[in-house]
Amino acid sequence: MRLASRYLWRVTEQPRLAEQNAAVLLPEPFVRWFAAKGWSPRIHQLELLAKAQAGQSVLLIAPTGAGKTLAGFLPSLTELAHRPKRKPGEAHRGIHTLYISPLKALAVDIERNLGRPVDEIGLPVTIETRTGDTPSHKRQRQKLVPPDILLTTPEQLALLIASNDARRFFEDLRYVVLDELHSLVTSKRGHLLALGLARLRRFVPELQTIGLSATVAEPDELRRWLVSQNPAGDRAGLITVAGGAKPDISILDSRERVPWSGHSARYAIPEIYEAIKEHRTTLLFVNTRSQAELLFQELWRANEDSLPIALHHGSLDVGQRRRVEKAMADNALRAIVATSTLDLGIDWGDVDLVVHVGAPKGASRLAQRIGRANHRMDEPSKAILIPANRFEVLECRAALDANYLGAQDTPPLIKGALDVLSQHVLGVACGGPFDADLLYEEVRGAAPYAALERETFDRVIDFVATGGYALKNYERYARIRRNKDGLWRVSHPRVAQQYRLNVGTIVEMPELNVRYVRQGRGMAGRGGPVLGKIEEYFAETLRPGDNFLFAGKVLRFEGIRENECVVSNGAGANIIVPSYAGGKFPLSTYLAEQVRGMLADSDRWKVLPEQVADWLRVQEEKSVLPKRGDLLVETFPRGNRHYMVAYPFEGRLAHQTLGMLLTRRLERAHARPLGFVATDYSLAVWALDDMAALFKAKKPSLPTLFDEDMLGDDLEAWLNDSWMLKRTFRTCAVIAGLIEKRYPGQEKSGRQVTVSADLIYDVLRSHEPDHILLQATRTDASAGLLDVSRLGEMLSRVRGRIMHKHLDQISPLAVPVMLEIGKESVNGGANDTLLMEAADLVEEAMGRGWRAGSNSRKSM
Amino acid sequence: MNFSLSRATLIAEADLIGIAGERAVCDRRGILYFPDLRLLAVSDLHLEKGSSFARRGALIPPYDTGATLLRLQAVIADYQPRIVVSLGDSFHDGGGAERMHQSFRERLEAMMAGRDWFWVAGNHDPDAPADLPGETVRELAVGSLAFRHEPSRLRVEGEIAGHLHPCARIVQRGRSVRRRCFAGDGGRMIMPAFGAYTGSLNVLDRAYAGLFRLETLMAYMLGAERIFAISGSMLRPG
Repeated sequence: MRLASRYLWRVTEQPRLAEQNAAVLLPEPFVRWFAAKGWSPRIHQLELLAKAQAGQSVLLIAPTGAGKTLAGFLPSLTELAHRPKRKPGEAHRGIHTLYISPLKALAVDIERNLGRPVDEIGLPVTIETRTGDTPSHKRQRQKLVPPDILLTTPEQLALLIASNDARRFFEDLRYVVLDELHSLVTSKRGHLLALGLARLRRFVPELQTIGLSATVAEPDELRRWLVSQNPAGDRAGLITVAGGAKPDISILDSRERVPWSGHSARYAIPEIYEAIKEHRTTLLFVNTRSQAELLFQELWRANEDSLPIALHHGSLDVGQRRRVEKAMADNALRAIVATSTLDLGIDWGDVDLVVHVGAPKGASRLAQRIGRANHRMDEPSKAILIPANRFEVLECRAALDANYLGAQDTPPLIKGALDVLSQHVLGVACGGPFDADLLYEEVRGAAPYAALERETFDRVIDFVATGGYALKNYERYARIRRNKDGLWRVSHPRVAQQYRLNVGTIVEMPELNVRYVRQGRGMAGRGGPVLGKIEEYFAETLRPGDNFLFAGKVLRFEGIRENECVVSNGAGANIIVPSYAGGKFPLSTYLAEQVRGMLADSDRWKVLPEQVADWLRVQEEKSVLPKRGDLLVETFPRGNRHYMVAYPFEGRLAHQTLGMLLTRRLERAHARPLGFVATDYSLAVWALDDMAALFKAKKPSLPTLFDEDMLGDDLEAWLNDSWMLKRTFRTCAVIAGLIEKRYPGQEKSGRQVTVSADLIYDVLRSHEPDHILLQATRTDASAGLLDVSRLGEMLSRVRGRIMHKHLDQISPLAVPVMLEIGKESVNGGANDTLLMEAADLVEEAMGRGWRAGSNSRKSM
Repeated sequence: MNFSLSRATLIAEADLIGIAGERAVCDRRGILYFPDLRLLAVSDLHLEKGSSFARRGALIPPYDTGATLLRLQAVIADYQPRIVVSLGDSFHDGGGAERMHQSFRERLEAMMAGRDWFWVAGNHDPDAPADLPGETVRELAVGSLAFRHEPSRLRVEGEIAGHLHPCARIVQRGRSVRRRCFAGDGGRMIMPAFGAYTGSLNVLDRAYAGLFRLETLMAYMLGAERIFAISGSMLRPG
């Protein structure tokens, strides 16, 4: 029975009318439940219900605490309330509602929160989760006896679709509820999910979607994403709930000196600790896992009152994370140091203060994180921003202004990735035979792939079948084949098995388990607990006996055993903090613009802490501050070197790319550049020759050096050898199913078992540079690690607006980036230099000529 | 002997090392050349590894054989050896030679023409490669040198082996550099794998236990322009 036909109801702007309609829209038990609770349904909840009952897909944009989850499930629950009971002996019904969230934890959390109203209302509704942690017997049972509501993740949906009974499993599906849609759609997981939805629509054409999202810059993009793009441009209905009470955000005006550079914010520890003491529960957000470890360590050092303070980040062992989450829900903690793993709308405990350590890097991210405090819409959230250095003071100020203005800087949606499409095509084939024409139509219904060309689609099919190589050597090994009936089928059951093991778009860096053993046992120690995972490349730089910070403990590195990093209790000075590859967000374009504006306008410095305003005044006196839209480039000598510092404010990634390209160009101009270093705000290049003199002699001029044409050949040439491209290729190759994911326990088991992605990359690049996977890799790298598009926009923006200032000495604005020199490695080509140093050390110690046959019996 | 200019430059005194008293050039491209014997040794070509994977459903690019042969062609052109020893695992599996594309077969045969060519049997290719010239041997003795695929467990002076695909790792300035390498102690030498798709195993792995005198162990790591000789004490596992 469809309620829609009976209670067709026009959405009006008048809230009062909506309330009156509650009784009409909501079944009787729901009305009673709301009344018993002393609540009334919120307007947007009813509005959403009405649109859904009218057969529409809907996007609900609302701040945290607005009752989004209940709103999302109301259409399902009201419909299920009316569904007649299954009679004994009658066939089991398929899934009614599918809920998809980006986090496993979120699915678990929803099960808990949704279960309560369902019980209290007395609905005959079964709710179950299905994640990577669900035991196989439960999965099998779910296939036979599906729950009414299944809570799951994009990867699990892909797996369900690839099974041969998918059509039957989903034939009764009515709704798909997509939580935290804004965060899902910007990644490759979003692409996979969009393709999955397109497949579900093939099974059930009248399927409705309900998207739940935080505020975004372009709601129309999400509205299109939610419905089939056949016909193109179709959009889901939109309901927007205005923000609740304005958050109460302040920037810490520290009594201490704010450092020039660095990210630790160690200077503010006493003040942070005071704030924790003054509040019930404080949530401390940092941008990276290393910062989380450091902050946690420092807080415990200051923790004279032994307050329960916990640590939560993505590298920690799952059990450990669950314990922290549980303690948080029970309000047993006073403070939690967390990274983005806690970013999303998980509702735990009574947080009454959010402390953000380090600049938030994006205004939307700030709003999201602050939403954690006081999880009720009508009370103001309280937050304190702790800038870790002076530039971050400017950034925090800009973010704060932006939040009050309600500015949004969510990243734009990108075109659907081809590696993800390859994975999906294979998944479809695993689910049953497909017709290429029909699948092409279906795929174009998914918003990210709406503009996909047929030729590209056919190349993807060819790739899935035989690898898509120009050298047609693998026809006999095809994974999928087109039969006489024109349908594509999997050629061997093994293909489906391989697909299931490799599904998903999250490709981790190779990691090692951190295994704790008792001190003094060294590598012989066994059987201790696993503390979490650490990236392999970091573990490789450690020497036995080194102390490093992990899981809030000082650990002593004992050695690497198979896929484990063996550690014991550590202590002492010289503690190393692991740096992690992921988790560093670059400064958002919007915020960068704000920071530039603030620099240019001395009237706005009044709101800055005095020491920071003073810093800017001295800069103005000794050098100059760039006008909004200008690019300032300073040159000055220091020691026996010449420095060039540029201030584009475009984020670390774009600056790194720019640094690489500038160094190449300066090398060609014989300026003998030695290296560069990039921060979110500026970059410094240093050379043996006087770059200012070169610019003056126009060899090259500064505008020529910064010309956009560097994004042509120079970029291409550098890219091909860049480790970043290799890393991106590995990800694409795993997602596309060319190489298999690495699983713990199988790594390094043999020299011939796998072929490394780097080797494949080298061979493919030199023999078929236009291969579809290399195309996908370049697209990804330009958008992601290199931020090429942003660099391009910047270069074009500053054309004719580059301001060169030659100085006798370093300027105040240059100090932060100059302090970074030596902390970061400079360039990838230097590896041979390191080998040479090592070889020379040997020669120095042993004397020259020592290598040539000193071990031989004959003299030469 | 008629040394070409390039060969004379290639065999500069500094690149020479001694193995059981025999002079050898450790070429940065991963081959050994014995000028006095005019013998070139190469190990673990693993030809047709790509198609071997493809048979099992991993459709990795089919260009590895071409890439490996191109590099082999280059070193053979440089040194113009009289004898070539391929130290085993020349093909990734027994059917490799048969699967090899005709154009690659022709390229290989052109390289073999006019010189003595030995296929040392490896664990991946214990039998003679199908329809290819050259002599298949279990092992080969030349002067004081003994060529075999797997290093013997007993100490043998002058043994040149492959099989283990050695690489070495150092950490310098907090950064880790890993490269394929020749591993030797002056008496025995284990060669790096030459094939385009061959992985590598750290010389400090237990698979090498007992093979070297640790005091004189050297890793000759392959650089972009030269070989870097690193003493065993500076190496890192993993």
